[in-house]
Amino acid sequence: MITFLQQLINGISQGSAYALIALGYTMVYGVLGLINFAHSDVYMFGAFMGYYIANNRVVQARLGGSVFAAVIVMLAAMALSAGLGMLIERFAYRPGRTRTRFTLAFWLGILGAVFGDLLKHSAVGMLAGAVIGIAVGVLVELAGIHPVHQDSRLGLLIIAIGVSLFLENGGQLVFGADPKFFPEIIPSRSLNVGELNLDTQKLIVLLVAVILMVLLNLLVHYTKTGKAMRAVSYNLDAAKLMGINTDRIIAVTFAVGSALAAAGGILVSLLYPKIDPLMGVMPGLKAFVAAVLGGIGNITGAMVGGLILGFAEVMAVGYGSSTYRDAIAFIVLVLILLFKPSGIMGKGAVEKV
Amino acid sequence: MGILDIKNCTKRFGGLVAVRDLNMSLAQGSLYGLIGPNGAGKTTVFNLITGVYTPDEGSIELDGKNIHKKKPNSIATLGMSRTFQNIRLFKSMTVLQNVKLARHTRRKQGLFDAILRTHAWNQEEREIEHDAMSLLKIFNLSGRADELASNLPYGAQRRLEIARALATHPKVLLLDEPAAGMNPQESVELMHLIRSVRDRFGLTVLLVEHNMRVVMGICEKIQVIDYGETIAIGTPRQIQDDPKVIEAYLGGA
Amino acid sequence: MKRAIFWMVAILALVGLQMQLGNWIGPYYYKIVILTGINIILAVSLNLINGITGQFSIGHAGFYAVGAYTSASLVTYGESTIRGMVEFLPRLGQDAVLLLLGILAAAIAAGIAGLAVGIPSLRLRGDYLAIVTLGFGEIIRVVILNVDAVGGARGFSSIPPMSDFFLFWVFLFVLITVSVIRNVVNSSYGRAFISIRDDEIAAEAMGVDTTRFKVLSFVISSMFAGIGGSLFGHYTAYLNPNSFTFITSFYLIIMIVVGGLGSIEGSILGAILITVVLELFRSLSEFRLVGFSILLVLVMLYRPQGLMGVWELLRLKRRTADAKS
Repeated sequence: MITFLQQLINGISQGSAYALIALGYTMVYGVLGLINFAHSDVYMFGAFMGYYIANNRVVQARLGGSVFAAVIVMLAAMALSAGLGMLIERFAYRPGRTRTRFTLAFWLGILGAVFGDLLKHSAVGMLAGAVIGIAVGVLVELAGIHPVHQDSRLGLLIIAIGVSLFLENGGQLVFGADPKFFPEIIPSRSLNVGELNLDTQKLIVLLVAVILMVLLNLLVHYTKTGKAMRAVSYNLDAAKLMGINTDRIIAVTFAVGSALAAAGGILVSLLYPKIDPLMGVMPGLKAFVAAVLGGIGNITGAMVGGLILGFAEVMAVGYGSSTYRDAIAFIVLVLILLFKPSGIMGKGAVEKV
Repeated sequence: MGILDIKNCTKRFGGLVAVRDLNMSLAQGSLYGLIGPNGAGKTTVFNLITGVYTPDEGSIELDGKNIHKKKPNSIATLGMSRTFQNIRLFKSMTVLQNVKLARHTRRKQGLFDAILRTHAWNQEEREIEHDAMSLLKIFNLSGRADELASNLPYGAQRRLEIARALATHPKVLLLDEPAAGMNPQESVELMHLIRSVRDRFGLTVLLVEHNMRVVMGICEKIQVIDYGETIAIGTPRQIQDDPKVIEAYLGGA
Repeated sequence: MKRAIFWMVAILALVGLQMQLGNWIGPYYYKIVILTGINIILAVSLNLINGITGQFSIGHAGFYAVGAYTSASLVTYGESTIRGMVEFLPRLGQDAVLLLLGILAAAIAAGIAGLAVGIPSLRLRGDYLAIVTLGFGEIIRVVILNVDAVGGARGFSSIPPMSDFFLFWVFLFVLITVSVIRNVVNSSYGRAFISIRDDEIAAEAMGVDTTRFKVLSFVISSMFAGIGGSLFGHYTAYLNPNSFTFITSFYLIIMIVVGGLGSIEGSILGAILITVVLELFRSLSEFRLVGFSILLVLVMLYRPQGLMGVWELLRLKRRTADAKS
């Protein structure tokens, strides 16, 4: 019984991490109908940002190892990830929807920087490459070449895959492929409640996750922005006609989802300190399964789905076999899609011909 | 008993009753019209007949066979074909290929015939090509056989859709607002076309249409529905004079 | 008669190439040529279900793996039995029989896997189908990882080396794959597949059993993936589940998209281009992959029809019930 309760707490802890990531998937799917494969890499980015900020000597000197420091690290990482999310939306997904400028300049700039680094292993090389890339991009755009309007979700899906690969490999390039160890910005202490042996870290992870989810709920259901987000998720065109700046709302959606993913990344890194640029792949897929399980597009569903999946995984590992741990998520995915694709909280839609 | 019989059909979407206790009987070889104000349920009736929806109550029989639980492709094989309100051509295929596809239900070639290009396969492909071209000729489209279907002007696309529907050699042809978007001249040509097609192939035609000139011009019998229920059945003359019909279209006081 | 002559000439040409090419271009490029051939088989088969039938499947690596492991198992565990049965043949002939049996087994196993995955999955639309195929691909990989008889995580390395004629075999099957798929596409089956891609509802209304044809396309596609897997396994004489992840599936998707979805020539070109680029720049490791992924994004943003695609990228119905159009 005690083991069961411990496992329960482990499961809820794991599940709340999945839930935080799943929220990003579900919100983006809600407003754009897109499965943002790159989301898992924003999670990774958040963890790395937390790592670099927490290890930064200035931060350590000024703030030490206090709770305040931990909060700052978390918030900073969330902000940076929100920025990344918005960049991705702006330069990878929006061009297929509305006429945007500087798209080519952005990507060629990065490509140029990569090549510059390749050729001349230095900051100068990168800068030169970036400048050339941006220049070429701007010129080509002036010549009249613009991104094509994407009418198919397939195209967006492929772009999402491309962005994800870009972030993963870029991460390996910039951060280095070898794993690093996330600092213990929240100390791990044992707490004995009756016969249970609880870890303060796990409890704090749970607490923070819950706080964030509550805040999200407040945002979505009690603010004007939240209402606009919901409107866009029901019908983009109608929302536009109602005067909602849909591009801005979509950007906000990405920002919020990315911030939550970053939080998830940091919380998970506290529990499992080994971080590497490919750390987002598996959790990302699992979080996506959680989102589908709960009903993709449904925020409460993502939370519920995450908790259930986390719990199922911990139970399977605890009472079953650990080699099949990763398979649990996929089996759940396949079962859900085959029997109730709309998920636990989704309703099936009747298609009008 | 007609070639197509709808008996006491009801279809609900959640709380909304789209079609209520509908009866319709098409005599073989007739040109039948289904009209009603917007939202009356005409397209729902079409979708029920073609198997896109399953009726909650009632039955539908095609040439004596029960079809209301069958899938659309089985119903097509049994002899029912249709066009669509918003034209659904196969956009990446040519005019000729669109028509050839519809011959699908009656193909005899197996997969291995296709892979190995056997004599049987070659022969059937020649037949398919020949049949498709003759059909296109009737519809004045043979000159455009190798053009992409999406490049055709609107009127030609509508004709192509009808030609394609005919390639399945149906017993009953359902036309969903074929005159939509046509000018008076084109509508008149369409009327001639529908009548001559019916005569030539011995079909039964069911027409859903808003263009009253077309409906009154070619339909031999017309059924009017409103809010999913039949409010009148009769000849064009009878329907035109029916006060219930007039009220449904113009609205009650 | 023309066809018989074509095949005889082709076989002679391949034999000739097999004997000489290694000398001309050296072992490094020889390997790239063979890998290109295998990727052509995979890309062209993937294009059948994705590009031509319009069903987005991103778990192709799963069937690739099934084929590879089936063939390798048959040859490893059945070698003595089979060689015993064809003792009367010279060594070369025995090798050929072994290989062909392996390929056949791979095709059948992969086809069955395709059937098992396809039947439940192909009812789903668009992105759901994509995810479920991804899921199945990963499930297959995890299952293989846990089967010790084929090496599990350590990899399957006891595969007996099969022959020195891999150029010949690989490109023979490239020709077979392309011919079969081309013939299928230019037949009433192909028309049915394309009609499903263009407008499933209209296809149903014209008598096409869309479920059956989607499954058929999926099974044919997976069978050829299995053949590719078999050739891969026997060529490298070593198999590891890590060669069959969804990243592999993604690379195949990149090949058919860059080449042009729906175009067989496009898939061939895409396979050649991507394989060559990936291999040639291997020394640059992450740089090449970063550049690669940016390339993919740009291709999709600016020219989603790829190199050879002539029509618009297949359209999925918009979520807001655009089905009336």
